[in-house]
Amino acid sequence: MSEKVFGKRVKRNEDARLLTGNALFVDDVHLPHMGHIAFLRSPYANARIRSVDVSKALEMEGVIAVFTAADLGDYWKPAPLLLSPPPIERLTFVERTQPPLAKDFARYVGEPVAIVVAEDRYLAEDALDLIVVDFAVRKPVVDMEQALEKDAPLVHDELGDNVAAHVIQTKGDYDAIVKMAEVVVARRFDYDRGTAAAMENRGVVAEWDALSQRMTIWDTTQAPIPIRNGLAKMLGLSENQVRVIAPFIGGGFGPKVMMFYQEEIVVPWVSMKLKRPVKWIEDRHENFYATSHERSQIHQAEIAVSKEGKILGIKDIFYHDTGAYDPYGLTDPINSQCTLLGIYEVPNYYSDFKAVFTNKIFVTPFRGAGRQHGVFVMERLLDLAAKELGMDRVEIRRRNLIPPDAFPYDNKIIYQDFAPLVYDSGNYEPVLDKAREMIGWEKFIREEQPKLRAEGKHIGIGLVTYVEGTGIGPYEGARVQVLESGKVSVVTGVGTQGQSHFTTFAQIAADQLGIDVGDVEVVTGDTDLFHWGTGTFASRGAVVAGSAVHAAALEVRQKTLNAAAAYLNADETDLELVDGQARVIGDPARAVSFGTLAEEANPLRGAVKPGTVPGLEATSYFGPERGATACGAHAMIVEVDPETMELTIHKYVVVHDCGVLINPLVVDGQIHGGVAQGVGNAFYERLAYDDWGTIQNASLRDFLLPTAQEVPAMEVGHEETPSPYNPLGMKGTGEAGAIPVGPLFASALEDALSDLADFEILEIPLSHSILWGITQAVE
Amino acid sequence: MNKKIPICVTVNGHLYEEDVEPRMLLSDFIRHQLRLKGTHVGCEHGVCGACTIQFDGEPVRSCLMLAVQADGHEIKTIEGLSADINALHPLQEGFREAHGLQCGYCTPGILMTLEPFLDENPMPTEEEIRHALSGNLCRCTGYQHIVKGVSIASEIRQQHLEDASGEGGEK
Repeated sequence: MSEKVFGKRVKRNEDARLLTGNALFVDDVHLPHMGHIAFLRSPYANARIRSVDVSKALEMEGVIAVFTAADLGDYWKPAPLLLSPPPIERLTFVERTQPPLAKDFARYVGEPVAIVVAEDRYLAEDALDLIVVDFAVRKPVVDMEQALEKDAPLVHDELGDNVAAHVIQTKGDYDAIVKMAEVVVARRFDYDRGTAAAMENRGVVAEWDALSQRMTIWDTTQAPIPIRNGLAKMLGLSENQVRVIAPFIGGGFGPKVMMFYQEEIVVPWVSMKLKRPVKWIEDRHENFYATSHERSQIHQAEIAVSKEGKILGIKDIFYHDTGAYDPYGLTDPINSQCTLLGIYEVPNYYSDFKAVFTNKIFVTPFRGAGRQHGVFVMERLLDLAAKELGMDRVEIRRRNLIPPDAFPYDNKIIYQDFAPLVYDSGNYEPVLDKAREMIGWEKFIREEQPKLRAEGKHIGIGLVTYVEGTGIGPYEGARVQVLESGKVSVVTGVGTQGQSHFTTFAQIAADQLGIDVGDVEVVTGDTDLFHWGTGTFASRGAVVAGSAVHAAALEVRQKTLNAAAAYLNADETDLELVDGQARVIGDPARAVSFGTLAEEANPLRGAVKPGTVPGLEATSYFGPERGATACGAHAMIVEVDPETMELTIHKYVVVHDCGVLINPLVVDGQIHGGVAQGVGNAFYERLAYDDWGTIQNASLRDFLLPTAQEVPAMEVGHEETPSPYNPLGMKGTGEAGAIPVGPLFASALEDALSDLADFEILEIPLSHSILWGITQAVE
Repeated sequence: MNKKIPICVTVNGHLYEEDVEPRMLLSDFIRHQLRLKGTHVGCEHGVCGACTIQFDGEPVRSCLMLAVQADGHEIKTIEGLSADINALHPLQEGFREAHGLQCGYCTPGILMTLEPFLDENPMPTEEEIRHALSGNLCRCTGYQHIVKGVSIASEIRQQHLEDASGEGGEK
């Protein structure tokens, strides 16, 4: 038998191309006669559009066309709602989605108003300056609390208020239990806006071929198939007339699964209108204004605990800033609501949120997708309760863990995938213990910290936990085929943005077919090659598409064995698949290569038996009964300079359980990257809006992404609790690293500076100056 | 304004004689006129480092220069590092070994930054590597595997040098 590669630290198939500059990204698509598009965007967050005059722009040399909302005719309509809200009783949801171009109103800075198509991008941007828009500027509403006040400016006049949704989920009876509590801690928690800032900005290239009546679109999307289906409908074409290609994508992190962005709707239409290919590539400044954001929520939360530190109940009332539109439904705030419960038994829960319209770009999932907020609230409440009780911060967590024999564990509320929030499997105490041990909790608190404090150092420790609902449905598919070259092809519908699918899917197929990982060619994100599926989001690619690859590979394995048995005149049970050939066990001379079998399975002449299906190929689909819940704990030791609030992270530990690992090297990479984004979110990345809805730091000079000097070296430990809901026991891992870093910073920084002042950190993101302000406020 | 200016520039050893508009960014010239797509653009304001190339041997941000400024100069891009996947540059090898890239978008700029760095600092410490990397943003990896990739590259590079001097000695 070939050595199994599932679970091994296999090097990546995709690297050779990426490392030599030979990988196709959307902006690399170059078509003859291609026009270049630039968007005119509203500089105002709330304005009536009285008129748009494009005549001067049209006169400019090099300009091919200019379009406004009026030119779109019947094509102008608000984009479809991507996700309806889940079936929660008494839920209210007000659907307002973004139109392709603002017509009468502009509702956020950056909302597209007009399009210029020119011979090159430089000229297109020149022509934007020649368009005259008569805006009647109105006072915007930027702050979500102000948006809920009675006389607040309205984002959508016809609604009468700015409430986008109201959802209450409960379990048990919080009001009854709170009377029994030894300690009740109630606080307000603030989480502010950030942006994913993938290194590659978004882009769309569209080519309408009038002779073949086909539309080809290259799109930086995480979900090419739904884009194809939706665009076909909008453009009045059949699905088979539209091909969407998501080639190599320079980072996704959630905002690239938002659909439909206005540009995605407009650019293909322009190509049809002009009968020539067109390209739009977002620049970084646009990315700050035109790509969805995440993360502003305000929570008023309380925890009731017993004398022993057992959680009796949690009450959380929060606002979620959804921006000017809510195309992605309620995924983010429902994730916040559900993920708050974490790895703990919470017998009584009252959670009530309002989603609020504001004059800012819409909010859709960004790595963590609302989970951060829930985890921040819960972990902070536990720290504060522990302090009140005089209890160790790890101990209070240990006392509330869901025990290993309680799975599947029903949290009795509804999750983002519309199913009850049931954790599939988990074993939380070893995760907690391992993190505690790796960070050296006991020794640090007993010996090191007192010693260092005596030397005048401000150094602290923190440890937090989280769950991550991953691998949700509905389904993905994969086609596995043995090629006549003897190699194996794996094709799936999901897009890929750096997750290593070209390798992990290859590993899954390689084990079934006895072939080298490097000889498995994986294709993702081309709707002509695979046209069923939903996309890469919710840490589900490896779990759901990976399981489909596994199922298809199993079937192809059987077909290959059958074909080989006939060819070699042997019993199938005597055969093995090794090194790209089928051979008789113990008699390796009796062997036939995959290439030969593939050729035999596709005869060019002669007769075949009735019912014969050609090729060594199978297509399978996988839809899990429900998602798989991963979990983990992060811990760190941090030193703070109390004058400058400069941080030095001495140690950062992650213990993670994402079920059975396909490739530990890849999982470590996912975790490292998640933590780096978490660090940015916790301390560096805050979008600074002014009262007029303008972002004051819309450049990478001013919006600080952490560099190699801010992101700490990490030690990663793994636990592996298999998921019962997929055949390989996998759970997703994409978002985990980013989720608990905010509360970890809060906990460790509070501890580090606790000798200076008795303060609490109740907001994220922090910064040097915010931290300094918090500590000064109490002195 | 649209009057084009002739320039001569050597890129990866090839001499190009091209006409460019005076305002054309060097990054756009490399990507869209020479069609060397391996150089990526992330911010176009000189912060992210994705578009880093070598200009007369020094790493520079091609989005902060105009194509006309390259007249008479020598440029190296990712395509000039090693295009042969069976004979990768030690940095490419190291990155592959350590999983030093995920989406790979920032990678060409990082490799262009690090090649001269390794030439000057053949055996860098982790701190030195992190400092050298601090002008290049990566949003995927958290840098840890990049740092490791550079350490591995340093070892491979040393090995190559030793092998080469060993061969030289035998002659």
